[in-house]
Amino acid sequence: MYEGVVQDLIDELGRLPGVGPKSAQRIAFHILQADPTDVRRLAHALTEVKAKVRFCVVCGNVAQDERCRVCQDPRRDPAVICVVEESKDVVAIERTREFRGRYHVLGGAISPIEGVGPDDLRIRELLGRLADGSVTELILATDPNLEGEATATYLARMVKPMGLKVTRLASGLPVGGDLEYADEVTLGRAFEGRRLLDV
Amino acid sequence: MSLFRDDGVVLRTQKLGEADRIITLLTRQHGRVRAVARGVRRTKSKFGARLEPFSHVDVQFFARGSELLGRGLPLCTQVETIAPHGGEIVGDYQRYTAGTAMLETAERFTDSEGVPAVQQYLLLVGALRTLAAGTHEPRLVLDAFLLRSLAVNGYAPSFDDCARCGLPGPNRFFSVASGGTVCGDCRPPGSVVPSPESLELLGALLAGDWATADACEPRFSREGSGMVAAYLQWHLERGLRSLRYVEK
Repeated sequence: MYEGVVQDLIDELGRLPGVGPKSAQRIAFHILQADPTDVRRLAHALTEVKAKVRFCVVCGNVAQDERCRVCQDPRRDPAVICVVEESKDVVAIERTREFRGRYHVLGGAISPIEGVGPDDLRIRELLGRLADGSVTELILATDPNLEGEATATYLARMVKPMGLKVTRLASGLPVGGDLEYADEVTLGRAFEGRRLLDV
Repeated sequence: MSLFRDDGVVLRTQKLGEADRIITLLTRQHGRVRAVARGVRRTKSKFGARLEPFSHVDVQFFARGSELLGRGLPLCTQVETIAPHGGEIVGDYQRYTAGTAMLETAERFTDSEGVPAVQQYLLLVGALRTLAAGTHEPRLVLDAFLLRSLAVNGYAPSFDDCARCGLPGPNRFFSVASGGTVCGDCRPPGSVVPSPESLELLGALLAGDWATADACEPRFSREGSGMVAAYLQWHLERGLRSLRYVEK
């Protein structure tokens, strides 16, 4: 045990995900030895993030204002909406620089066994956005696992009567892998979604 | 340090650390087993989609002690698919919700880990195969599975003879606490009077008479489902989370 405040810092750091007691101690001593301005900047960033970050009223993504950066950007195509589970997925798709439409963050996936049903996700908000008919394509980009697939199936069924184009992200073989190690489900999917080589 | 090999159905997965998962399986020889699959969440994982719920797989486990369970969780080292039911089940939302309720039931009926539950295992494998094939209504497959799970665990309800005195049926009254249909003399307060068609349907589901079950009208199967849910809840003492989300 260390003196009061040092031990308090170690205890608080130890509550972060993936930080054990030894790592907490190492970080605490790093902070003790660091430049006071660096430490103040860290403390400022921590308090700011809690004070300023909210959720976008339109898409549910993390935002600093009422609307997130994507929803505010007039260059983004409002006719295409990409549905994702978490804000982290928005960042992953943004990194590809392939998508120019807007997003909708559901806040999870349907998992009855964990007690998460359709009403616990932001599905009603999504249907509200689709109601005025300005959206022409809905891209379902939920995780390619069982819960994500089930959520995509559910959404596809819900929006089918609205008559818009519903697409699902492709799944198949990872680039740079070996075919013989691919599992049956993934390889089957890759066969299903094979494309014409136009040379 | 020993290796074990077994067939099993994946019941549930939980995230563990950065890229791992704890997989709960119902296996043929060891009953319910929880094991760690290292790196399964990475896109280039050797397991791929093999360890998703509903998958029927052949697994090799690595355990630290001489027993499969005991000293910490075993590791999944190799997995081969026997039948990947996930794709067929998840493509239909009704099947998905019914299937999830089956997995949760199987997990709840196998309380202690490592104790073989062969009948429950065979029942689950058969039920998932039927559900994936889509030959019967998902709700009926679920009810048949629930009734037979109750039966193999010693809680078989009666849908014909009186559950108390054995008076040959058909009997009119149904009481969850008494164990099924009861005669006029034995009926406790709070017994219900379901339609004879619903009782006939439940009897057919328990016995595996699909011709009768498939021909049943939806209103009777709805009533039957309600009775099965009440009966299951009484014996499990706690309701199933996923049963609420099953589409009627």
